Amino acid sequence: MIVNKETIAELAKENKRLDNRALTEFRQPILVETNISWTAEGSARVQIGETVVMAGVKLSLEKPYNDTPDEGGIMVNAELSPIASPEFESGPPSIKAVELARVVDRGIREAKAIDLKKLCLVPGEKAWFVIVDIISLNDGGNLLDVAGMAALAALKTARFPVVDPETGAIDYKQKTDKSLPLTKEPLPITIYKVNGVLLVDPTNEEEKAYEARLTVGSDAKGTISALQKGGEVPLSITEIGKMVDLALEKASFLRKELNKALKA
Amino acid sequence: MTYTKRVDGRKIEELRPMEAKAGVVKNANGSASFKIGKTWAIAGVYGPREVVPRFMANPRHGILRCHYTMMPFSGSGERIKPGRSRRAQEISMVMEQALAPVIDLSAFPNSVVDIYVELPQTDAGTRCAAISAACMALADAGIPMKDMVSSVAVGQVDGMVVADLNYNEESYPAIVSDIPVAMLHNSKEISLLQMDGEISKEDLLKALELAKVATEKVYQLQVKALKEKYALNNEEN
Repeated sequence: MIVNKETIAELAKENKRLDNRALTEFRQPILVETNISWTAEGSARVQIGETVVMAGVKLSLEKPYNDTPDEGGIMVNAELSPIASPEFESGPPSIKAVELARVVDRGIREAKAIDLKKLCLVPGEKAWFVIVDIISLNDGGNLLDVAGMAALAALKTARFPVVDPETGAIDYKQKTDKSLPLTKEPLPITIYKVNGVLLVDPTNEEEKAYEARLTVGSDAKGTISALQKGGEVPLSITEIGKMVDLALEKASFLRKELNKALKA
Repeated sequence: MTYTKRVDGRKIEELRPMEAKAGVVKNANGSASFKIGKTWAIAGVYGPREVVPRFMANPRHGILRCHYTMMPFSGSGERIKPGRSRRAQEISMVMEQALAPVIDLSAFPNSVVDIYVELPQTDAGTRCAAISAACMALADAGIPMKDMVSSVAVGQVDGMVVADLNYNEESYPAIVSDIPVAMLHNSKEISLLQMDGEISKEDLLKALELAKVATEKVYQLQVKALKEKYALNNEEN
């Protein structure tokens, strides 16, 4: 891909972008489709611009960890499938996939968005464990924010499977109408600094032209539950303050889009 | 218990409802989505492009590589651990052999055409759906081809020869055979043939005859979906 870093940087100084968007404007369309996979307990396909991500939730019954015997667990995994980009390779997860999964995971885990105590059936013996798998289908830029939205959509639509009261076996083919004990709606938003200017929702090209980025996970109240700075250029405290403000505003925007789509 | 009527009420040659679409992954050179019943395959083609690792390159012609992946939440039971299983490796290999006869990569020495297939949900017949999607994606990518490959499973459930078994039929408590078949449309030759279960020679041949009828239906849909994409995009291209 030919990246015109200098043009992107010059345009940013004039508050312009290659695709004519405002610096703080997300791409369109923003599409959320849920229950796309009958085999998952919850699932979603989210598209922002040309970036497409699928997320699915699987539940299993496991023995709780020794240090939290009365809690279930949550884990987020991401696969940057090579179907999504000529730059992704087959094989074990790349550092990009690991970082993406861990930042989305932190946003949910640290917000205590899922009441893990409510996932416990028998302390020290049996609790629900939630695994969210994120799969990229097309990387048009800003995969992390799209992935975070897909993960939340999948969690919100997940339903517990039926458990045989006698054998304790899970019947994955039958779902109850009970949803996950989701108490918050955390979403990650990444703010990019390009030529000293802040922008959101970068395209592939803009992603290659940035100096620094900051991902901020936050809930509906504006409480921050995850931070991740990227890039080799440092940020001032003033800049970080501005980036957080913008991230909270955009998280609220995407949360509204998500809930609007879920209601429809 | 003799199997006289199919569990979901279909006729013996009747396939589950299908949906196909070409051009579903923007970044790929060609792509397609193929659904049959609750099995869904999304295929993306990248290439011809340089081969990595280099030792795989062939100076006489390009090579084809398939990568079959069930998404971790796509199985009807527990989560599937990510990473290439033995099953996924074998399916990827038979997919390459099923598609190789129709593509001509002689103009692309030292190159590779990669096909990635992702399955968001499954209910039997995944390799067949993967091949049917992959073949559409190859056509969408403009890879030189002399024929189309269409794939569907046939088999026998307690003495009844049927097309496109679903999971409930595959696991029917009697003698069952599941035979994934891929067929070249023009020559009616078979480029994928595997079987799980037991069957007599007579029933096998009957099943393969049925495969002609069944794959023809897949073929019609593949062609229709490809035509739809190019009809819509006529003005842009």
